[in-house]
Amino acid sequence: MASKLLQNEAVVYRLQKTKNKSMEWLWALVRTILIVGISFVILYPIMRQVSVAFKDKMDIYNPTIYMVPINFTLENIKYAMGVLNYWPMLGNTAMFVTATMLLQVISCALAGYGFARFSFPGRNVLFSLVVLTILIPMSTLMVPMYLHFRSFDVLGMINLITGKDGVNLLNTYWPSMITAATANGLKSGLYIYIFRQFFRGLPKEIEESALIDGAGGFRTFFRIMLPNSIPSIVTVGLFAFVWQYNDTFYASLFMSESNLMSIKVASLPANTNQYLPVLLGYGTNPDLRADPNHVSMVVDTGILLAIIPLIAMYLFVQRYFVESVERTGVVG
Amino acid sequence: MNFKKITLTQKRAFLGLVFILPWLIGFIFLFAAPLIQSIKFSLSDLKVAPGGYELTFIGMKNFHNALFVDANFNRILTESVTEMAWNVPMILFFSLFSAVLLNQKFKGRALARAVFFLPVILASGAIASAQSSGLIQLTGSSEIAKELGEQQNGFDILSLVFLLDNAGLPEFFINYIIDAVMRIYEIIRSSGVQILIFLAALQSVPPAMYEVAKIEGATPYESFWKITFPMVSPLILTNIIYTIIDSFANSTVTETIYTTAFQSQNFGLSAAMSWLYTLVVSLILVIIGVLISRKVFYYN
Repeated sequence: MASKLLQNEAVVYRLQKTKNKSMEWLWALVRTILIVGISFVILYPIMRQVSVAFKDKMDIYNPTIYMVPINFTLENIKYAMGVLNYWPMLGNTAMFVTATMLLQVISCALAGYGFARFSFPGRNVLFSLVVLTILIPMSTLMVPMYLHFRSFDVLGMINLITGKDGVNLLNTYWPSMITAATANGLKSGLYIYIFRQFFRGLPKEIEESALIDGAGGFRTFFRIMLPNSIPSIVTVGLFAFVWQYNDTFYASLFMSESNLMSIKVASLPANTNQYLPVLLGYGTNPDLRADPNHVSMVVDTGILLAIIPLIAMYLFVQRYFVESVERTGVVG
Repeated sequence: MNFKKITLTQKRAFLGLVFILPWLIGFIFLFAAPLIQSIKFSLSDLKVAPGGYELTFIGMKNFHNALFVDANFNRILTESVTEMAWNVPMILFFSLFSAVLLNQKFKGRALARAVFFLPVILASGAIASAQSSGLIQLTGSSEIAKELGEQQNGFDILSLVFLLDNAGLPEFFINYIIDAVMRIYEIIRSSGVQILIFLAALQSVPPAMYEVAKIEGATPYESFWKITFPMVSPLILTNIIYTIIDSFANSTVTETIYTTAFQSQNFGLSAAMSWLYTLVVSLILVIIGVLISRKVFYYN
């Protein structure tokens, strides 16, 4: 009798175990399908662009082709680079974006540290003003900012000294530089918030020991705090770089004639339509137009060329925040 | 000298002000001043003159024009708000779902995370707009481009409609789900940052809680609703606010305000429009903030 009961229990135990195992396995299957599916949706446009970039004109009207072209060519890339004036513009954009990124990281880190670790009168009011800068839509400030930078003047100083009106800073890089250096640039409020949350999470003891060892406020910040905040610096740096690189709003407001990637990519379809016949050697005859499908191929290739620097950079920095998001300061 | 005798607290306070000084200067000159100026512009008629501009005070006329005279503004504003109300739940649901998926342990997790965060980089004004206009160029009209895009989907949506209808769902839900499925790329594209925020929240939940729940016999489903959901609920509020701001930043209203200012050169009307817009946005944010912060659970 006893042995039979024991046997029964063993059967039940084994059944439970198989059930648990199979449920686990089933969930893993569903999870894999979901993740692969969503990843495919994200990656599909990029894969299509890569395929189009190497596709020859001859393959446009071949319906049997899916993704992998029959005739490979580098012509599209050549044309897209020609229309975009790629290398000089990329260098220019990279310089500009890197400069604003560095300025923004520095100014926002300073402000975030100030808000996180010092208590001074009006701190909470000032920090709620930081949140306000996140909430107010940028279109509200657009016109005054535009007029402000059209005749830029700090407290009427230039007018006082030279007697002339302020300097016209439009179509130079100064508007973005100035806003970035004073932590009021593109989405700066968000970066200050991230830095503040991160610095609040660091242990207070390391600062105290730095103080006992005789380090002043700035020395503590640059030698102790900054080296410890690599994850948040990478996060903010990546955001600042990418959003500045892609920004069309401020770029078209302040620098509509500049040689920047976001402006050129936004006008890429129109430009391609206009210049492709010239590049193809049709001359400037307005009656001769390029095949619209060919234009679209070149446009796609141009978009790919615009994305590639971002993806390359992302591959290098993603390991800093992909596995340790909780340390980046996004959450308090 | 009294100067040398400031206390440590005062010294710290001074140092703190020095740290935030760059931001403070920028805030006063590049945020507060333009903000006040913008109020002034909205109440006046602005004419660009050589080397500056002239203002003539006209009271609330600009606001009146924006609301009752301009043919499009009302419609565009309500459209943007309804679109936002439609999209926010979708994005929120999707991002929480993806964050929970990505928080589990499985092979290739780092790769999956890298792919899921890719939209943070690619979801952008310039590239997205060039992508859609590239397709329009291809066919010559946006309508055909849309149809073509739907055809290329290669997915028969009708069977899903019948499936949901047979399941007895109300029509509104069917519409909602179908819309979410059709625009899956758009939703994924605009939920990169939200996934990042939710994932960070999930990672900061102490694992001991799940262990206790498991020992007490809770199923994963129960522990999601009893542990995960309350613990990430403060971040739901953050994410809703972020999504609303993000959806408004790329809306047609911003475009209208921009064209009113720089193409019709009607700076006063544009300022009035943007203030109306700001009021609507802040009203929505306040209502949602009050409603949700009542339900939010704060662990600390």
